[in-house]
Amino acid sequence: MRRFRSNPVAIASVVVILIFAFTAGGTFLLSITGHQWPCNPNLTNLEQKLLPPCPQHWLGTDNLGRDVLSRMLHGASISLTVGLIAVAVSLGIGMVVGAVAGYFGGIIDQILMRAVDALLCFPTFFLILTVVALLGPSLLNIVIVIGLVSWTGTARLVRSEFLTLRETEYVKGARVLGQNAWHIITRHILPNAAAPILVTAVLGIPDAILSEAGLSFLGFGVQPPQATWGNIIADGKTYLLDAWWLNLFPGLAILIASLSFYLAGDALREAAESRS
Amino acid sequence: MISFIIRRLALSVVLLFIISIISFFIVTLTPGSPYPWGELNPKISAEVKANFRKKFHLDRPLHEQYALIMRDLFTGNLRSIKDDRPVMSRILERLPATVALNLTSIVISLSFGTLLGVTAARYSGHWQDALGSFIAFLFIALPGFWITYMMVVALVKGFGVPILGTHSYGIEFPNSLGSGLDTLWHLLLPATILALGGIASQSRYLRATMIESLREDYIRTARSKGLAEEVILYKHALRNSIRPIIAGIGMVLPALIGGAVVIETIFAYPGMGRLGYEAVLERDYPTLVALNFVVAALVLLGNLISDLLSAAVDPRVRLE
Amino acid sequence: MLKIKDLQIGFSTPTGITPALKGVSLEIGRGETLAIVGESGSGKSVTALAITRLLPTPPAVYQAGSITFEGQDLLTASDAELRKVRGGKIAYIFQEPSTSLNPVYSIRSQMAEMIQHHRPDVTDIDAEIIRWLDAVGIVDPATRLHDYPHQLSGGMQQRVMIAMALSARPDLLIADEPTTALDVTIQKQILDKLRELQRDLNMAVMLITHNFAIIRGLARNVAVMYRGEIVEYGESEQVLSNPQHPYTKALIACIPRLGDQRHRLPTIESNP
Repeated sequence: MRRFRSNPVAIASVVVILIFAFTAGGTFLLSITGHQWPCNPNLTNLEQKLLPPCPQHWLGTDNLGRDVLSRMLHGASISLTVGLIAVAVSLGIGMVVGAVAGYFGGIIDQILMRAVDALLCFPTFFLILTVVALLGPSLLNIVIVIGLVSWTGTARLVRSEFLTLRETEYVKGARVLGQNAWHIITRHILPNAAAPILVTAVLGIPDAILSEAGLSFLGFGVQPPQATWGNIIADGKTYLLDAWWLNLFPGLAILIASLSFYLAGDALREAAESRS
Repeated sequence: MISFIIRRLALSVVLLFIISIISFFIVTLTPGSPYPWGELNPKISAEVKANFRKKFHLDRPLHEQYALIMRDLFTGNLRSIKDDRPVMSRILERLPATVALNLTSIVISLSFGTLLGVTAARYSGHWQDALGSFIAFLFIALPGFWITYMMVVALVKGFGVPILGTHSYGIEFPNSLGSGLDTLWHLLLPATILALGGIASQSRYLRATMIESLREDYIRTARSKGLAEEVILYKHALRNSIRPIIAGIGMVLPALIGGAVVIETIFAYPGMGRLGYEAVLERDYPTLVALNFVVAALVLLGNLISDLLSAAVDPRVRLE
Repeated sequence: MLKIKDLQIGFSTPTGITPALKGVSLEIGRGETLAIVGESGSGKSVTALAITRLLPTPPAVYQAGSITFEGQDLLTASDAELRKVRGGKIAYIFQEPSTSLNPVYSIRSQMAEMIQHHRPDVTDIDAEIIRWLDAVGIVDPATRLHDYPHQLSGGMQQRVMIAMALSARPDLLIADEPTTALDVTIQKQILDKLRELQRDLNMAVMLITHNFAIIRGLARNVAVMYRGEIVEYGESEQVLSNPQHPYTKALIACIPRLGDQRHRLPTIESNP
């Protein structure tokens, strides 16, 4: 912990993440209660279309006259949601698969690991794209699919924890292993694996955010009129040479959000490694 | 050596089998109409639909469909729903472009990744190292399409430079050198953007392995011989550290090909990524199954080649 | 030729600077052999590595003293000048030959590097390498050229290291525990070889060891180190037959002798 706290870059990234989280959360809460700030992200006003940043619209307007800042704030909540839920899904799948493979070993382990190898051969983004396009782009589909293709790292981690543990427990007696399986899992494996799993999770969030952005860009992300950072850029691509702000700000947001998660995750990893 | 290759090929066949099953199921089991025209399109008679189903084996049970598709795939008879041309010929048309793009990207990412990684290790603990890490993460976090557009705006609007496609439209080059350079130029930008992620991850990994290698006794011996620091880094330490990076290149391929989807779309580059995107849009199942298969085969081949290369670099693992 | 005066070196740790050398002074003349004897942690390796600034400087800190080699101050020399001295004038062999050779390059490659760097006048490098490998006692050297370090035994690896170090014709060879990691039977062979080569090349040798027993017949002078200081310094014959310092006496008493009737070998209690 101390190592993490003494790293200025890590602190800065955590601050940015918190800003991001509060913005996203705040916008979400506000929208539930019916309020919008600074204005309605879906309000079109064709007379005001494609305005560069100005006092009334800090980040300009898009091709339908919608305020870019408001749309970006909503995009923040989408991105954060996608990041968190997709990572939760991938952690869940990964932990189960890793536990089963590590606990049972033998043939089951071999089969599961071959499946992992096979999955790794797929171009992940392409796979996500295929499934989402065929299933239909909705928030739920997107997070599930992203989770479905990213669980391999966690699975390997959990599996290796199980494998190392099986060696020591066998000394105590195989029967003990059989009787208290659940106990062993919660008492020994999870605490040891918790730190690297956390690191994997934090590093997985920006991957999910970037995937969603890419999907939105290609038209298969969360659909308009819902605003996501990716589809603001997508909408703006036809007007690219004239309305550069439609590209700059959402992209910058994606970059800064992802970067902070990566830097924080890396600092976390270094702190965890130096402890063990 | 030979037995190693044979074992790997056998393993690859098994993997390809699993992959083909997975991609088949993904493609056929996801709900949605298989017809390229709308499900409820009144202009299409029931008879045409029936013929369509017959032709693409959709009226058979799943495992038969799988077997038939595989047979067609290997005999070259698999046809695209879109234009009824053999799928493999469509894929093979785009293969050289994809290979060119990926190879260039790998070369770029290896060279810059090595430079960045060695420098970070050399100055480990100092500001150059921290800067190197920051740059690495910056590259990973950069959304490819965003930076591409920023560069397009800058280059096209600012400098009037053509960068889309594989050739500059409307410009004739007097000789093959000129047009060759033109092609290279068009290849460079997308390859570089694709390479960013690779540069980042390879430089980080190399930094770690280099730092370990630099602690070894033989580095002290090399120093005691009076060799220059660059020689020690790039000759002695690097060769000991680079094996995992080279072995890992094969695994970078899936990310490259996946990431290429967006890049190729933006640059209007005729590669397999774009082919896949179009196939997804058109729900062209045969193309999708074949494409996944070919890509997986390429990845496995890439893995084999990178493992062989890494053995060439590091004689300690020659006879695995 | 080599003169170390009052060398003080410390190591910086999170809790401050720990002294390693507390004012070490010694001299080696041309063609002479000096043995530095002491336990682990007494500072002998630090002294050896410090001479050509091979100590990694964090964490090592050169606090005071001077090191002069043939009139040149090594502590203030530039990097370029230092690189000429390293290998070309002062060469090293280390304790663990198995890890001191680069595992991914062949013997030939590593030796050629040394020769090319310090003796650009040599035209037939392979012949030169074979000559040196032969001189250190490697059988059939021509067949060994393209071998990798891990294909050689420990004794052979150390011979290669010696050959490599000597091939640049240095004026001083610093041997840091050259036989400690080797089989006892090989130890004698290597030490005999070293003695022979030193005579033939009229080379100075600084032999570092914790084993008093091996210096007889090999080193003319000896310096005994204890906890970063030299506690006794003089001609080996003198010191061995008439040790002054209690530590030296204890060290000599520890040497097992043939025909020794004691059941328990004496040991030294200390905390370096």
